Amino acid sequence: MSKKILIVDDEPNIVISLEFLMKKEGFEVAVATDGDEALAQVASFRPDLLLLDVMMPKKSGYEVCEALRVDPSQAGLLIVMLTAKGRDTEVAKGLAIGADAYVTKPFSTKDLVLKVKDMLGLA
Amino acid sequence: MKNANPARQRLVALGLLGIPLLSYPVLGLPQGDWLGLPAIFVYLFGVWGGLIAGAAWLAERQGR
Amino acid sequence: MTSGWWLALVVVAYLGLLFAIARYGDARADAGRSIITPNVYALSLAVYCTSWTFFGSVGRATSGGLSFLTIYLGPTLMCLFVGVLIKMIRISKAYRITSIADFIASRYGKSQLLAGLVTVIAVIGVVPYIALQLKAVAAGFDLLFGAGGHPFSWWGFDTTSLIAAALAVFTILFGTRHLDATERHEGLVTAIAFESLVKLLAFMAVGVFVTFVMFDGLGDLFQRAAASPELAQLLTLEGQRPSTWISLLLLSALAVVFLPRQFQVIVVENVDESHLRRAVWLFPLYLLLINIFVLPLALGGLLHFGGQAADPDIFVLTLPLAAGAEWLAMLAFIGGLSAATGMVIVETIALSTMVCNDLVMPMLLRSTWLKAEKSPDLSHWLLLIRRLAIGLILLLGYIYFRAAGEAYALVGIGLISFAAVAQFAPVLLGGMYWKLATRQGALAGLTAGFVVWAYTMLWPSFARSGWIDAGFVELGPFGITWLKAQALFGLGGLDEITHCLWWSFLANIGAYVGVSLATRPDALEVGQAERFVDVFRYARRLPDLQLWRGDASLHEMHALLERFLGAARARDQLLTYARRHGVADWRNLAVDAEFVHFAESALAGAIGSASARVMVSSVAREEHLGLDEVLNILDEASQVRAYSRELESKQQALEAATAELRAANDRLRELDRLKDDFISTVTHELRTPLTSIRAMSEMLYDDPRIDLVSRSRFLGIIVSETERLSRLINQILDMAKLESGRAEWTSSEVHVADLVRESMATLEHLFREKQVELSSDIPDQLPPVLADRDRLTQVLVNLLSNAVKFVPGGQGRVRVSVAIDGPAIRVAVADNGPGLTADESAVIFEKFRQGGNTMTDKPQGTGLGLPISRQIVEYFGGKLWVESAPGAGATFIFTVPLPVPDA
Repeated sequence: MSKKILIVDDEPNIVISLEFLMKKEGFEVAVATDGDEALAQVASFRPDLLLLDVMMPKKSGYEVCEALRVDPSQAGLLIVMLTAKGRDTEVAKGLAIGADAYVTKPFSTKDLVLKVKDMLGLA
Repeated sequence: MKNANPARQRLVALGLLGIPLLSYPVLGLPQGDWLGLPAIFVYLFGVWGGLIAGAAWLAERQGR
Repeated sequence: MTSGWWLALVVVAYLGLLFAIARYGDARADAGRSIITPNVYALSLAVYCTSWTFFGSVGRATSGGLSFLTIYLGPTLMCLFVGVLIKMIRISKAYRITSIADFIASRYGKSQLLAGLVTVIAVIGVVPYIALQLKAVAAGFDLLFGAGGHPFSWWGFDTTSLIAAALAVFTILFGTRHLDATERHEGLVTAIAFESLVKLLAFMAVGVFVTFVMFDGLGDLFQRAAASPELAQLLTLEGQRPSTWISLLLLSALAVVFLPRQFQVIVVENVDESHLRRAVWLFPLYLLLINIFVLPLALGGLLHFGGQAADPDIFVLTLPLAAGAEWLAMLAFIGGLSAATGMVIVETIALSTMVCNDLVMPMLLRSTWLKAEKSPDLSHWLLLIRRLAIGLILLLGYIYFRAAGEAYALVGIGLISFAAVAQFAPVLLGGMYWKLATRQGALAGLTAGFVVWAYTMLWPSFARSGWIDAGFVELGPFGITWLKAQALFGLGGLDEITHCLWWSFLANIGAYVGVSLATRPDALEVGQAERFVDVFRYARRLPDLQLWRGDASLHEMHALLERFLGAARARDQLLTYARRHGVADWRNLAVDAEFVHFAESALAGAIGSASARVMVSSVAREEHLGLDEVLNILDEASQVRAYSRELESKQQALEAATAELRAANDRLRELDRLKDDFISTVTHELRTPLTSIRAMSEMLYDDPRIDLVSRSRFLGIIVSETERLSRLINQILDMAKLESGRAEWTSSEVHVADLVRESMATLEHLFREKQVELSSDIPDQLPPVLADRDRLTQVLVNLLSNAVKFVPGGQGRVRVSVAIDGPAIRVAVADNGPGLTADESAVIFEKFRQGGNTMTDKPQGTGLGLPISRQIVEYFGGKLWVESAPGAGATFIFTVPLPVPDA
């Protein structure tokens, strides 16, 4: 059974590229465009990994990450933060609130795919 | 307290006003009767009382 | 009169009451609960009103009409120049001044000679004034006590001599009860204030009685007076000489301060400077009240007694008696007695202090007797000298009364004294404000003024009474007519007071100023001049410490203090001083310049500043400071003052600059933070399209087998994201230019209507594509505005493209309206889109804050359009804002001001 990935981003073109990339690697993919929707999808779609943008309307990526980390039923969920804000403080903040990895935009598609596979134990 | 005290200066101004009012030639002006009394009697006591009232007002106001 | 002995009893009881009041006042002062309130202080100044006022004014009014008022109008005006009084009080407190002689002597280098001269002038000058009191009280006493017209006598002494003796005893008992003569006399001041009340009430009672009981009110009195040709002239000022009026005004204004007793109550006995605030109007009010009935009484007396030879100076007593109101006559007598005793007590105490400190002490200090005298405590001697002086002054008063008193009315005698003390005015006032005045000048001025006064005023008063040959008055001495005493150098046509005042002031001021300018002050004078003139600046006694150099032993200083103050007081003073300096035992005190200054001023309080200085220098080995040295020190002191003032202002400037810098720094920091945020946001905005472009490109590059549909879709995305990136960069640069003020603006007449139509035409295809209805409401006649055409177009295009972006396709409607709104043209772009919440309405004008949450809108905007538009509109002096509610569409409005028409 293929691993499930939930893409959370409010930029439609980024979503398109990520969706295409992940599907090509054989993952089952779902998309959410804001924080609230992301939480709902996590509950229904039950992804193994989350590609999570930080700057989003309604709920930021940080808030989504924090909410998931206090939820015991989502203990095994992997979270990769994607952000265009590359300052050191923001990276540290993301990791501190429980993200498993932090990727700065613009990213290398190869590196991202490798990292996702590595985290899911597929490399 | 400095020399340039505003209340004191106002009192001096009142005094400087009083000097011409209480000396000649102004004193030559009141003639005849005012209110049934000699004009000069009414004038002198009126100006005098006015100066006193003015001084009281200036001196006793709060903040000097 | 039957009531004679009864009257004596009342008088004794009244004097006893005065004693009790004074005792009470002293007891309260000793207990530290002073009863000297502003009201008491103001009332005590009314010691100015003596028998002259109580009896004499009425007499004066019977011949001079309202001219008697000058004596009270002058003081009223003087009170308004309160700054002079405050300065005088401040100086006196700072340097322990005990009398007017002390004040003048202290200012001119603590000169014993000057102090003696002032004392002599004061005593000689005031003696007639005391004689006046004796005369008035004696006349009243004879009237009430004697059997109608027969002067009372007892063992061959006349009434006046008995009254003089009684007053002397009373004053000695009353005024010198204290062993110490240095402190203020609070009990005395209280008793004087009480006496002021008594005389006011008594006089007004008689006034009301005569006016409203004996006659039918003021109107009646004045009408009856007007009917008689002789009395009618009293109701006008016709026949008055303006020169006399003005001289009396000036004379009384000076006398109210410079009479020794007035200086005593106003300056020496002042407890608190702020009391002047009350006195400045309450004292003049007192004067007004006590004078209201003077003219009515005079008229009443003249009308009532008609042609009879009644003495107008005692109308206050004879009128009630004539109406049978003996009790009122007695009250009036008590009032008159109050007026006289108050004056005599304070005047003789003030004079005796001067005589003791400034005449007798200097002689004693020089005499070998004092040196031989082994008694260490001289304070009892001081008291004895004062008591003898009181007796002597009253004796002189009596002698003058016998010599000249009969020839003058009361007021005439008083004016002689006024003219004498007025001689103090130039040197005293000059000394307070003019640093160049010298001791030589003061001596010359006082002597000249005094001599002229004596020749033109005092001497003729003896002559008039026939006591000496009157030839020099009428013909001039040795027949030299231009030396006629009351028409010097042929200056006739003036009354004697004006004549005396004019010539004596001319001599006084001329000699004072002339000699001052011609002489050079010594070191001590320069120091004192500095302290007096700049008393408000020397709040701290800095120069006192610097202007004395030398050394002295504590033992000798202590012995000196004990000798003049008495052992107990000396110890008290030393203890207070020691406590102030944090020294437990005064025996350990260091004898430095400050200590010597303290000792000198403590002594000055007892024996006057001139004598105190002599005594201190007798025990202290003083290093003599030369004039140049003193001038240098004062110069330095004033430089130090100037420096410290400069320093102070520099410090203030520095503090202000620091605060400014801090604020600027805070602003910079804030700007820095904003810039940081801005860069962070810009980075984010630039990275977002870059992310898509890079991801798409890599995917296409890595996988050549991607199907054609996806490939062209990806390429399309790359193109549009590249466009977005370019647009973003352009707008950021535009924004940066606008914000830094480096944008280039053109200014020309712009017809807004045309501009709106053109902009709408430019964007028409966008509206058509999305099927949005675009309408407009543009009036025909619109005045042009001054603006940059391209920039204004940019604003309009931005608003229109925003509108079309947010309205729903198909049923969207956008309406543009242009109108004149007051002094501006108003352009509104209204849409029927989703609208904005209040919060959103506020933030959409911030950079990178876009409206709308839906994904589809996102790539369209950069978040900079509205901020840029706002900057542009505001540059032209207009405003850009939005009116909206959620669900009700939004209306973006901007204004452009019309040019101000040329006036």
